[in-house]
Amino acid sequence: MTAVAVTGMGIAAPNGLGAADYWAATLGAKSGIGRITRFDPSGYPAQLAGEIPGFEAADHLPGRLLPQTDRVTRLSLAAADWALADARVDVAAFDPLDMGVVTASHAGGFEFGQDELQKLWARGSQFVSAYQSFAWFYAVNSGQISIRHGMKGPSGVVVSDQAGGLDALAQARRLIRKGTPLIIGGAVDASVCPWGWVAQLAGGRLSDSDEPTRAYLPFDRDARGYVPGEGGALLTLEPTEAARARGATLYGELAGYGATIDPPPHSGRPSSLRTAIRTALDDAAAAPADIDVVFADGAGVPDLDRAEAAAISEVFGPGRVPVTVPKTMTGRLHSGAAPLDVACALLAMRAGLIPPTVHIDPCPEYDLDLVLYQARPATVRTALVLARGHGGFNSAMVVRAAPAGT
Amino acid sequence: MSEQRFTLDDLKRILVEAAGADEAAPPDDDILDTTFGDLGYESLALLETGGCIEREWGIALDDDTLSDALTPRELIRTVNERLAAARVA
Repeated sequence: MTAVAVTGMGIAAPNGLGAADYWAATLGAKSGIGRITRFDPSGYPAQLAGEIPGFEAADHLPGRLLPQTDRVTRLSLAAADWALADARVDVAAFDPLDMGVVTASHAGGFEFGQDELQKLWARGSQFVSAYQSFAWFYAVNSGQISIRHGMKGPSGVVVSDQAGGLDALAQARRLIRKGTPLIIGGAVDASVCPWGWVAQLAGGRLSDSDEPTRAYLPFDRDARGYVPGEGGALLTLEPTEAARARGATLYGELAGYGATIDPPPHSGRPSSLRTAIRTALDDAAAAPADIDVVFADGAGVPDLDRAEAAAISEVFGPGRVPVTVPKTMTGRLHSGAAPLDVACALLAMRAGLIPPTVHIDPCPEYDLDLVLYQARPATVRTALVLARGHGGFNSAMVVRAAPAGT
Repeated sequence: MSEQRFTLDDLKRILVEAAGADEAAPPDDDILDTTFGDLGYESLALLETGGCIEREWGIALDDDTLSDALTPRELIRTVNERLAAARVA
């Protein structure tokens, strides 16, 4: 089976714009969570978010793209540019049908949609932009990246909330195995606007704390919900052998994947996350002892934390594998979270450092070896990334350092 | 009803509003007889441009007016014909 390598990454995170800034912030335990600045949050029960500072779309994109794009698409286009540049891919050297785009999306372009709904309500239908036909849409990021770089091969979008970020990478891997030589895969989500905010409030899992260091506390006894954020990562994916042949630098490989759906909430049956983990390990031909670190989903909701801790302990043994939640520094980025964790895992391999989980005082009941406060030196060759989406989606991905070249 | 006419400057302003500024080639006076297609405005950009003109000038354009074979000169003429008809009516 064709091995699939990550050859480039484009990162936009609340604690760092670009891979170098994000990695430096993450190792330095620098959080990007704060009071919302993009709108006045005073009237809402939750007021903290991980916002990306300093992203001026006009600095990164042609003016022609601005009237037709939501913030999430502008961030996605910039991240895709960076992922291609990082991979030193000459797009013109590929047949357009040999390049595809697979992204995940949790909300689509909510802020754009909000503006158009406000025009519809206040001024009438003739004031709604023609671009609303696609600018809000879940698939818009895949579409705009595809148009910008002339990528006409197999493409798509996955909508499964936080799990979608891994599901998109898995779909990208499938498409490469079926013969497409280059895929941009991953996700960036961004819906920090009033409409996006009330939609998340309705989900009932937002933290109502207004203390940035006490609001999002996965695996802590005081876990009280999550803080949302904006951002994520897009990755350049290629067949390992072909990437080597063109002289690319390999971050690592997407080695295994598994996904399950949880039983109904009141069934009394346990989460099927452990099955997703085992499936991903089997797919990667990896034993639990091969995993050097787990990037946990870290829901920050007590029931979900308990289920995730139980799944990790059951598969690996209590406290037997280092576990980290660097998203304690970004908030939960929905579909963008897991691709960012995958990128983070690859950067951890390169640096020999496991990034920390910040702000939490772990609940002893969970039996996890959490990497707290500061980065931990470690040889990381194989990592497991977990992502769980609202509605019972569980996904797990094994990421492995690329084997030495010949 | 005013006697105001729709000019190339009005069109250029609306094109930037509806379709964004193109740093490489801002719309200038030479565009009058180049088709919108050749100027790089695709169908949705033209639809949005037409919608902006309709809203701002209080006229209705036919759906088939805005094709990429249209030139700015032809569009300006059509808009002014609609404005004249509206004044008569």
